[in-house]
Amino acid sequence: MEFDVNIFVQQLVNPSYVSGAFLSVAVAVLSLILATAIGFAVALGRTSRSRIAQGVAGIYTWFFRAIPALLVLLIIWNALPQLFPVLRQDWFSPFIAAFIGLGIVEAAFMAEIIRSALLSIDEGQALAGRALGMSPVKVMLKVVLPQAIRTALPPTGNEFIGLVKFSSLASVISLQELLTTAQVGVNITFRYAEYYAAAIVYYLIIVSLLTLLQSYVEKKFVWTSRSKTKKPSILEPVGQGVQS
Amino acid sequence: MTHSGPEPMPETWSANDPVLSVRNLHKSYQDQHVLRGVEFDIHQGQVKAVLGPSGSGKSTMLRLMALLEPADDGEIRLRGRRIGVREKASGTVALPERELAKERRNIGMVFQKFNLFPHLTACRNVMLGLTSVKGIHHKEAEEQAMAMLHRVGLSHRAGHFPSELSGGQQQRVAIARALVMNPDVLLFDEPTSALDPELVGEVLDVMESLANDGMTMIVVTHEVRFARRVADEVTLFDSGVIVEQATPDEFFDNPQHQRTRKFLSHVH
Repeated sequence: MEFDVNIFVQQLVNPSYVSGAFLSVAVAVLSLILATAIGFAVALGRTSRSRIAQGVAGIYTWFFRAIPALLVLLIIWNALPQLFPVLRQDWFSPFIAAFIGLGIVEAAFMAEIIRSALLSIDEGQALAGRALGMSPVKVMLKVVLPQAIRTALPPTGNEFIGLVKFSSLASVISLQELLTTAQVGVNITFRYAEYYAAAIVYYLIIVSLLTLLQSYVEKKFVWTSRSKTKKPSILEPVGQGVQS
Repeated sequence: MTHSGPEPMPETWSANDPVLSVRNLHKSYQDQHVLRGVEFDIHQGQVKAVLGPSGSGKSTMLRLMALLEPADDGEIRLRGRRIGVREKASGTVALPERELAKERRNIGMVFQKFNLFPHLTACRNVMLGLTSVKGIHHKEAEEQAMAMLHRVGLSHRAGHFPSELSGGQQQRVAIARALVMNPDVLLFDEPTSALDPELVGEVLDVMESLANDGMTMIVVTHEVRFARRVADEVTLFDSGVIVEQATPDEFFDNPQHQRTRKFLSHVH
């Protein structure tokens, strides 16, 4: 059996691949958002002075770094609806189960990224904010976070790409994401090479776009006026007007 | 004029009373007793230079005055009002951080290492306190910030980030950032110690012009010549207490205490 370019191209433009790719990216985006939100709370807990907050955050990280994401997905999709009737209703789709499951697992890893980013900011920064009379929330939002985000961006980009690939785990809970789409096609036609090759192309495209997005965002966090081709205006928010 | 002992704390504040006054201030870290009953007053428009060997507790005193760290004992009053604590029938309790933040608005602080916000331009560094603490509208905050940058001679660098400024320029932005909040008193914690020698002068010049404009300033410094020329009073700190407090002429030409003479022999 030879590689049939026609089948390969046919699959490449097959709408089910496009929707599978879209689902994979959507699961990754939503789970990253969820993971960042939970991870930020866990990171604050781990850097908190409260023993209780430290303990809760520590247990979260310990637990979800230990449990395989696949198992978490199976628990959320199969076990929890048995325990909680509300999860047996129609709204609880494989898509929702997938992004929540991947999100809470990923949060344990994002928490470590965010924690180390927060700790990397010089103590004098918060001190200067406090000396100005800024409240603890303002010090975090206006002084510490903008700097911590820059430190956290590269590892977060890695995690994002990881999540796109981890979304393929959601095939076990019958989500028609990218890899499942390829697998379903293969099961009917047995054209392994052509269908998998189409999947490869889609993954390459997705990750290339994400890499571009990452470098675009990172450029927004270069704090010099020289990197800007047009003269920076003090009226503009920081980082705007970046053109490479 | 030597240190004549603290006056009793007034109940109601008038313009003749100290703007900032400190009584019996104590602070320990682990088993190290850094401040041992400091008494300090500064009046409206005064400039006080604080000298002393490193580790003598002078920077700690500033941090306590700026409410950045709690005192173990003693009291700090700003315009006659006790700050940093809430007085209750059972005694005093330290204020929570949110409340402390409000009281800090009236006290400006300039740090040894500038601590400018690297993600903001010079102008936005100066604006941040106005917009996020005082709730002043962006446009007006920008005008005030630009005026303050002009005052420290840096309006032409307003759009630059701290990494693009020299150390002396960064410290001048930091002074503008503290000054724009219009504090009752401005505290300087060794403002020129982290600077290359050729950049010290521009910062001291700005500070001197503030002093001439009537700003109330406490300056912890090793710049003896600056202390002599600009300060109304010079204080020697040693081992957590104030050893000597006098006019610059008295302090440098006719020190009363052995420890002051010893200290001066090292720095001259």
